[in-house]
Amino acid sequence: MKVATPRWLSPEILAPLGVGLLALSLWEIAVRVSGIPPYLLPGPILVLQTLVQEWGSLFPALLITLQITLVAFLAAIASGLLIAILFTQSKWIERSFFPYAVILQTTPIVAIAPLIIIWVRQIVPGDNSTFVSLVICAWIVAFFPILSNTTLGLNSADHNLVNLFQLYHASRWQALLYLRLPSAMPYFLGGLRISGGLALIGAVVAEFVAGTGGTRSGIAYQILISSFNLQIPRMFAALLMTTVLGVTIFAALTLLSDYLLRYWHESAVKQEN
Amino acid sequence: MTSAAITLNHVRKVYANGTTALKDFNLAVEAGQFVSIVGPSGCGKSTVLRLIAGLGQMNSGQIHWGKEQDSRKLAFVFQEASLMPWATVQENVRLPLKLAGLSTRAAAAAVAEAIALVDLQGFEQAYPRELSGGMKMRVSIARALITQPEILLMDEPFGALDEMTRSRLNSDLLDLWLQKRWTVVFVTHNIYEAVYLSNRVVVMAARPGRVVADLAIDSAYPRSESFRTEPLYNQYCRQISQALAGASQGEPL
Repeated sequence: MKVATPRWLSPEILAPLGVGLLALSLWEIAVRVSGIPPYLLPGPILVLQTLVQEWGSLFPALLITLQITLVAFLAAIASGLLIAILFTQSKWIERSFFPYAVILQTTPIVAIAPLIIIWVRQIVPGDNSTFVSLVICAWIVAFFPILSNTTLGLNSADHNLVNLFQLYHASRWQALLYLRLPSAMPYFLGGLRISGGLALIGAVVAEFVAGTGGTRSGIAYQILISSFNLQIPRMFAALLMTTVLGVTIFAALTLLSDYLLRYWHESAVKQEN
Repeated sequence: MTSAAITLNHVRKVYANGTTALKDFNLAVEAGQFVSIVGPSGCGKSTVLRLIAGLGQMNSGQIHWGKEQDSRKLAFVFQEASLMPWATVQENVRLPLKLAGLSTRAAAAAVAEAIALVDLQGFEQAYPRELSGGMKMRVSIARALITQPEILLMDEPFGALDEMTRSRLNSDLLDLWLQKRWTVVFVTHNIYEAVYLSNRVVVMAARPGRVVADLAIDSAYPRSESFRTEPLYNQYCRQISQALAGASQGEPL
């Protein structure tokens, strides 16, 4: 008889955990044995110590970045969804505007961030100016996967069901609400998982470009000044926090997706063979 | 032929790619008749059904409805069950009423009745992926029946099912038809199914789609499973099979 093992003991969790611990141990040993100075490469223990010591200055900065990421992400969801719906209402709208969405996506954000920062400063004065321009940069990066995935999903409704709706004289609104939007759900959620991480990357990149301090500076600014001051362990600590935040965003969106699709979509349904 | 429920006159349908699906197609279906359309793949039998349903335009010809027939009183069953995977059995069956603007409460009795008609009590809250192919098709039929249709259009509804399930659903469908007496147009490529179910079988040939034989199946209802072994049944099957073979002579397979 096979006894069910607790979830945390499953190889899916134990194997990567083991690899991680092994790599960290090797890193620590290598740093100690070779005597590399911490301003070149700090060991993981030192990074953790620095993280605890600097928590008071790093954590508030992370919260600012998180705030930028969330606002940009929500804006990307709202605009991506609305524009995708607009696209599916008329082939002409889609044909006319989709190429520009692609252009927006393929323009490197690092290159246009300075422009956005200058322009926004003309419109929004004061401390909020940077926040708004960073949100816009992160939004540009996060918006496209949601738009393109949702557009694909809205157009992927079962052809027979489309006919059935037509047969029962469903209105455009009913077809959207009861057929197209549910059909698009898995695609939309897939877009969310990509965009969540991209919003964070967009926020960090834009912060690097903005490079401004002040009361509302985010985690990227902390990484930047740590490297200027050769506080490499502090830089590593800030980097670690950013990575953990990114993984957390991805995991949360994966959980959300699995929860919403748990009854019907192959990606979320637990198979018993 | 005054009691024809649906009449197709000189219908011509050409697809966008230039293929003539139907050329001067004529068919009159009488009210309460169970008509099967049999033919090889690509002979345009599904096209006939879709045109009757108003899905798609014909190039010329007319479709008339009988005086007492209402084109809105028709229901369509597709080749696949075509259920909404995100909705339960109950929600799938309710769909036509929901689209007509009925509230969940107002539709409840009709939904329960339709589910009972196809013997799916107990599966109201199940999702399509939890059901077998035959059960999915029952849900699809319940969804078609919930609007109390007078005309039922079925496009190879049992084509993807195994033989056991198919014959089971065949006899269940006949039972329902005897109760409700809808006008049924049933498209299939299975001769045996067509003879068992129908009181009339129309045989079509391809390129261009046309009628090559039109047979009345003179056997009283209710038909039991033993009808499938009677000499009369076999004779009809052979006749249709010959008509099909004659029509497709010289055609590449």
